Amino acid sequence: MTGWRVHTMGVQAREGKMGARGDTDFSVMSFTGWHQHDHAPHLRSLHLLPLGACEASLACSTCHVYVSEDHLDLLPPPDEREDDMLDMAPLLQENSRLGCQIILTPELEGAEFTLPKITRNFYVDGHVPKPH
Amino acid sequence: MGPRCWRWWHWSAWPRTRQPPAGSTPSSRQQFSTQEQTTQICVVGSGPAGFYTAQHLLKHTRARVDIYEKQFVPFGLVRFGVAPDHPEVKNVINTFTQTARSDRCAFHGNVVVGRDVTVPELREAYHAVVLSYGAEDNQALEIPGEELPGVFSARAFVGWYNGLPEKRELVPDLSCDTAVILGQGNVALDVARILLTPPEHLEVLLLFQKTDITEASLGVLRQSQVKTVWIVGRRGPLQVAFTIKELREMIQLPGTRPILDPADFLGLQDRIKEVPRPRKRLTELLLRTATEKPGVEEAARQALASRAWGLRFFRSPLQVLPSPDGRRAAGIRLAITRLEGVGEAARAVPTGDMEDLPCGLVLSSVGYKSRPIDPSVPFDPKLGVIPNMEGRVVDVPGLYCSGWVKRGPTGVITTTMTDSFLTSQTLLQDLEAGLLPSGPRPGYSAIKALLSSRGVRPISFSDWEKLDAEEMSRGQGAGKPREKLLDPQEMLRLLGR
Repeated sequence: MTGWRVHTMGVQAREGKMGARGDTDFSVMSFTGWHQHDHAPHLRSLHLLPLGACEASLACSTCHVYVSEDHLDLLPPPDEREDDMLDMAPLLQENSRLGCQIILTPELEGAEFTLPKITRNFYVDGHVPKPH
Repeated sequence: MGPRCWRWWHWSAWPRTRQPPAGSTPSSRQQFSTQEQTTQICVVGSGPAGFYTAQHLLKHTRARVDIYEKQFVPFGLVRFGVAPDHPEVKNVINTFTQTARSDRCAFHGNVVVGRDVTVPELREAYHAVVLSYGAEDNQALEIPGEELPGVFSARAFVGWYNGLPEKRELVPDLSCDTAVILGQGNVALDVARILLTPPEHLEVLLLFQKTDITEASLGVLRQSQVKTVWIVGRRGPLQVAFTIKELREMIQLPGTRPILDPADFLGLQDRIKEVPRPRKRLTELLLRTATEKPGVEEAARQALASRAWGLRFFRSPLQVLPSPDGRRAAGIRLAITRLEGVGEAARAVPTGDMEDLPCGLVLSSVGYKSRPIDPSVPFDPKLGVIPNMEGRVVDVPGLYCSGWVKRGPTGVITTTMTDSFLTSQTLLQDLEAGLLPSGPRPGYSAIKALLSSRGVRPISFSDWEKLDAEEMSRGQGAGKPREKLLDPQEMLRLLGR
């Protein structure tokens, strides 16, 4: 794994490719080095999520991510509107969430957010995952 | 070495890591390497397919991308299709605007490809051409009476309230009490919602923001007498094409109550147990709405409702019935159907029985259709798409397609985005494999000359931004995000032409 990045709010995030699981290859972001802040940042403020076509207004599913199993239940359950948009996301799984709704609380240290295969190459804002 | 080799010798004498001189332009760098030239790419259509394809190409190459559009203004169905009460869906315009403003991208509006300039002319001027012009026709009902006054395509109706210039004269007669919408997709629900939302709600959303629905159509809707809207489908509840978010909006629509026949939903509870999640959640919501007694608050809300909407299933349109004087639509004759097969692939088959439904307004929302753009471009009239393999147009090297004209006219903006990126990736593969024409191409400079000789004056993105500013300024006075300009002549005057 390569490519440590530090966001100004002190949360460190890194991303890279894990080895093949079966014949599927994921891009993964994981968070460590959490510093407590007065208000927890949104995952989307770290600018690692691709796309966000509707700008976090629950009107699309482009920020669809898979949440690591150990951390899935630490997130507040999705509200109806998030579930409605998740219904439209391709490659939906049990651990699917809309990335734009995730707030990084301390319990989420070490959480991994994986992009569905179909979106992992679609970084429009110039961010390109580094190969390892 | 002789003078002929002078440039080459200079270039190869530089250490490999040396950068071209600071401030050099792409054309001066061309002198130092015959490998580098600007790739010129043309995209036809400035809706989501066009812009997302352009965006991806600009990010992954140093190409110039020119976007052509037949309307004066960009953004396609994001501007002319998305309902006024769904402003968040239009946020994509922000990312498209960034793309259009980048220095390797140019927007050319008021250019009708196929009339003002041909696809072969574009293919000569550019290294690659991507057709992303969507589906501008609607699927016809092909039944008698379709031509009667009072019958409209949902597409035309949507264009009317969204300010599409060629639809501004539509002015539907809303003096009847019942409207029938044929089709059960999201467009059908958009139309139902606009017909049923009390005008004071169309003006004032929950957040007290007014919408960008045109003032002219708001005036007509204020006078509307329509009290009941039937949304009619050939098949059953398990085949509805609308999605859950839009269904919820209907159920919660102020001043209205739903009319669903529980008999249509018998036995459905068991049949959805194994069905994929989206269909399951959608059907469960329909079932609940149709069969459960509403709670106290909801019952009170429904009792006060002055308008109603209902879903009718297993009804296929046979004929639009005329009024006694034959001058307008007065009803619709429907064939009663049954299903053969199950799930998404189930087909509606007539039973022989029929039913007449009185109404004064018929809106057909049974799908959109693409048109062939140019005799040189293959087109499949049955499927209504350009024959292609992963976005490469069959038998035409250097020609690509993305969006609805490639896959058919269904899917939301996200679907089109994914598809556009895939076409772009295909194009990039071909570029890297040396499959596109080699040698420099003139790009827009050649097309500009052609257009000028034909008396066509394109509208630039900065022209659009002037019109955009004018629309926003006019909207501000009325507390709306914008008041759309409807008259092309007025737009030209504002641009000083």
